[in-house]
Formats: sequence, structure tokens, C-alpha cells
Amino acid sequence: MKILVAIKRVVDYNVRIQIKPDGSGVMLEGVKMSINPFDEIALEEAIRLKEKGLAESITVVTVAGKQAEEQLRQALAMGADHALRVDTDQDLQPINIARVLEAIVKREAPDLILMGKQAIDDDCSQTPQMLAGLLDWPQATFVSKLELADGWVRVSREVDAGLEELSVRLPAIISADLRLNEPRYVKLPDIMKARRKPIDILTLDDLSVAMAPQLEIVKTEPPPPRKPGRKLASIEELITELKQMGVLS
Amino acid sequence: MTKLLVIAEHDGEVLNPSTARTLACARALEPEALDVAVFASEGEDIAAAAARLQGVSRVLLINHPANQHPLACVLAPQVVSLAAGYSHIFAPGTTFGRDFLPRVAALLGVPQITDIMTVRDPFTFDRPIYAGNAVTTVKAPEGKVVATVRPASFKPVEEMPQAAPVEAMHLDVQIPEHTRFEKLHSEKGDRPDLQSARIVVSGGRGVGGKEDFERIFRLADRLGAAVGASRAAVDAGVVPNELQVGQTGKIIAPEVYIAFGISGAIQHLAGIKDAGTIVAVNTDPDAPIFEVADLGLVADWKEVVEAMEKAVDEA
Repeated sequence: MKILVAIKRVVDYNVRIQIKPDGSGVMLEGVKMSINPFDEIALEEAIRLKEKGLAESITVVTVAGKQAEEQLRQALAMGADHALRVDTDQDLQPINIARVLEAIVKREAPDLILMGKQAIDDDCSQTPQMLAGLLDWPQATFVSKLELADGWVRVSREVDAGLEELSVRLPAIISADLRLNEPRYVKLPDIMKARRKPIDILTLDDLSVAMAPQLEIVKTEPPPPRKPGRKLASIEELITELKQMGVLS
Repeated sequence: MTKLLVIAEHDGEVLNPSTARTLACARALEPEALDVAVFASEGEDIAAAAARLQGVSRVLLINHPANQHPLACVLAPQVVSLAAGYSHIFAPGTTFGRDFLPRVAALLGVPQITDIMTVRDPFTFDRPIYAGNAVTTVKAPEGKVVATVRPASFKPVEEMPQAAPVEAMHLDVQIPEHTRFEKLHSEKGDRPDLQSARIVVSGGRGVGGKEDFERIFRLADRLGAAVGASRAAVDAGVVPNELQVGQTGKIIAPEVYIAFGISGAIQHLAGIKDAGTIVAVNTDPDAPIFEVADLGLVADWKEVVEAMEKAVDEA
């Protein structure tokens, strides 16, 4: 079985973002970048499937400029076998990322695609579902557990009502939620070895993808501030406040 | 002409309140027509409830055995087959809408807007990014507008005495067989729904283990409140995942949110920013939750719970 894992380079989750004063976006210069944490979970799951002997190879793909090779190297160090970068400096949105990935899927013919349930920068949570729609493949989003058996994947999905179990037939697309696993730490020798693994580069022209119109990003601003709160001195004071709000009646 | 289709969320029996919130957003566009589609196996009662919601022009009821459980691959082609008559297709930004709507957008060849917070005009909307630490204004291109609505940003529309017409429809689409619903584990008892409750009592790792959390549940029951939790409490296996509040859990907007033993990680705060009043109780005076709390108290949560129970007894 071949697994394809799609990853995105995003601002590291520990960074407190700064919004540019002119409203043109979020400061990315000099900011620590990482693999989107949900994509890292997806990759970890792929590696575990390979370690269990359920998958032969893992290809990791990203659609981004050259800087994203840092994240591809990280993915190779974690345990991906091949890396693929579709070169673009455009800010492609999920609909077009899904179209690019559709072209990659036709070239690579994976049996299973794993990706994060959302990127922590734009919080869109769209690309896996869009790709599944374009390919007419089954999808299982927000997955916190998966088991492979006889050409089907049985998953648990974290939905608002609880945990939903689905079975999807391969080939399928699965989007990873937080509790699917805890990604491993990469060891130094693996980082050294990953430096020798090649990264294949494709252009959008190579893939001849027709681009869909995108959303125009008009401006980006800080969220409206909440009014400042106050510290109370005692439990009695809190009880009085709660009574006034009608909480304790 | 703004003609809007809202896809209703329900559990097979009752309409989810996210539908009425999505309708509130839809009404802000001042549409000429506002239809609601109910996909169900036997959705008559759900459709009747949807027909009484303010602003609805018509309810489309699509009964089909395959619609018993909401599966994205089953819903998407049906929604696409209805799309021709509409300029906008909206769904709640819950795990229901987030699952199937991008699939619809891909089939229609248009971008999707996730989590509308504010309507600026029928093509321009505000949405949160970076876990709500920034708000971006986006403008949809020419063509259909496909969007999920952030339920916490809109107050549900009201029920009206007069009902809109319900039309039963049959859609001629291929239902895929590559996806099977197996089951749903839900621990929700008689407690109010986390996303629509007036009061939410929430606990974090500071609360302790399962037995300690029982006290939070008991207090919530006495207050008629829903129970929430931080990711830390869910990860520790103390409470089920459906209670998680935050960027990757539920985004909620109760009138009162009471947080016990929650430190206030950024991703948790993303889920409670729309609460009317945030009350935080924590033993650590430097806990980040105090930065967003309207009322903060440095205290042992157990003593506060005890005092609250006593006050309810006396009321």
C-alpha cells in the first residue's frame, strides 16, 4: 500500500502572531515555521502503519515555495520515504491546493491519503474534503483512531455529538484530529540521513492544473478586544456576582 | 438576486440549534429567498420545525434511507443537485457542516468560506484565523458563495407562529457505497447542549480526575448548565471528547462561562471569546485565563463549588 501525506508549512503553534499594522496580513518574517501540527499527526500515523507492515511507502507532498523544503526534510527525518514539492509562490487557497493534489494523486496513485484536519494558520479545514470530492473518494474527517482491514479502513471520528465510527473503502482520504497519536521526536542521525534523501520538484505547469477563482483577502485585523475584567477578593464576592447574573437561582 | 439555501443540521429527531444560528447569518444578507434543506430518512418533524423559523421561505425535505446519518459523500452530490437555483449555500460551522460543505464547494468549483462571523455585504464576510487571534475580511469571487457559519457569532432566529411551506423532494443522484456508517457513541444525557446552553460550567486539568469532575457535573445539573472541558482534561481521559471547548473542539457563546482549574491555553480561549461573561477560578494567579476573564478569583475550585451549591440551596 502506498500512502500520500500532504503537509503545510505554517507559523509554529507556540508563536504569538503579530498582525501587520497596515492590515495586509500576519508577520511571517523571522518567525519560527513548522509542519502544521495536524499534518504531523497524519504523517506519524502513516509511519506507524508502515512500521506495522501495512504500508510499503510514504510520500510526503507540499505545495509551496522553496522554504517549505525545511518541513519536507523534517518529514523525511520522521520517516517519510519520498518528498515532493509543487513549486509555487502564489498564496493558493484550499480549492486550488485540492486541485494540485488531485493531479499529484493521478501521478502517484496512492491507496490512502492522510492529512491534518485543518491548518492552524487559516483554520479553513477544507482541503481533504475538497480533494475527496474531486476524486470521488470516500472521506473520513477529524479521525482519532483508524484500523485497516481487507481493503477498508474503520475510523473513529471526533464529531460534536461524540465519537462516530465509519468504514471507508480504499482508496480513501483521512484527516487527522489531535488524539490520533502523538508524533515522535526526530533523532539527530535521522536528520542527517534525511539530508541525503532527494526532494522532487514539480511546477504547476508540469501538472497543468486549471486554477479556480479564489477569495480576495481584503484585510486582516486583530479581533475586537474584550473589555478588561476584574479580580475578585473572595468567594463571597463571587457568589454575590453570580447571584446578580441569575446563575444561582 | 440573493437566493440562499441553508442545509439543516439535526440528529434524526430534532433540529440542532446551529440551524437557527445559521439562518440568522443568512438573514443578514437580506435574501429574496431563504430555503432550508432537510436531508433525513424520516424528516417530517424536523422539516416542520425548520418551517417555523424566522425568515424561512420554504423547506425542502429530502427523505432517503441513505440520509439517516449525515455522510459527506452522500450529502454533497445531493446539495450540488439543488445548487442551480441559489446564489449562496450555507451550513453550520459545526463538525456536520465542516465535513460535507467543502466537498460541495469542490464539486461546484468555487472556494469555500469557513466560519463567517460577520456579514459585510452578500459577498464580503469576516472570519477568524489563527485560532481567533486575527480576523480576516474576505470577498467571494463571482459565482456561487459557499460558506459555513460560525454558530457562536449569531443569535438563533426565533420561532414564528406561521410556518413556511414544506416541499418533499426526490433527488436523482448516485449514492456511493464506499462509505458505511457504523455507530455513534454519545455520552450526552439530559444535560443542555454545550453549544446552546445559557450557562456552561467547565473544568480543566486543575480539577483532577474523574471523581473530581463528577462534582462539576453535579453542580452543572443544579444550575441547569452544560459541562465543558479543556483539551488537557479530555487528553487525560477524564471526560469524553465531545465536551472539549476550544479551537479544535467546540466554539461556544453562552451567557455565562465558568472555568474551574483551566489555565487558559490560546487554543482553549479561542473557543470562549464570544461568551457573555467569563468567570475563572484558578489557584494560579498567573494563569493566562485571567487575562480574558471578566471575573477572576484565585481560589480552590472545590471551595467555590461548595459555596455555589450552598447558595443554590438557600435560593
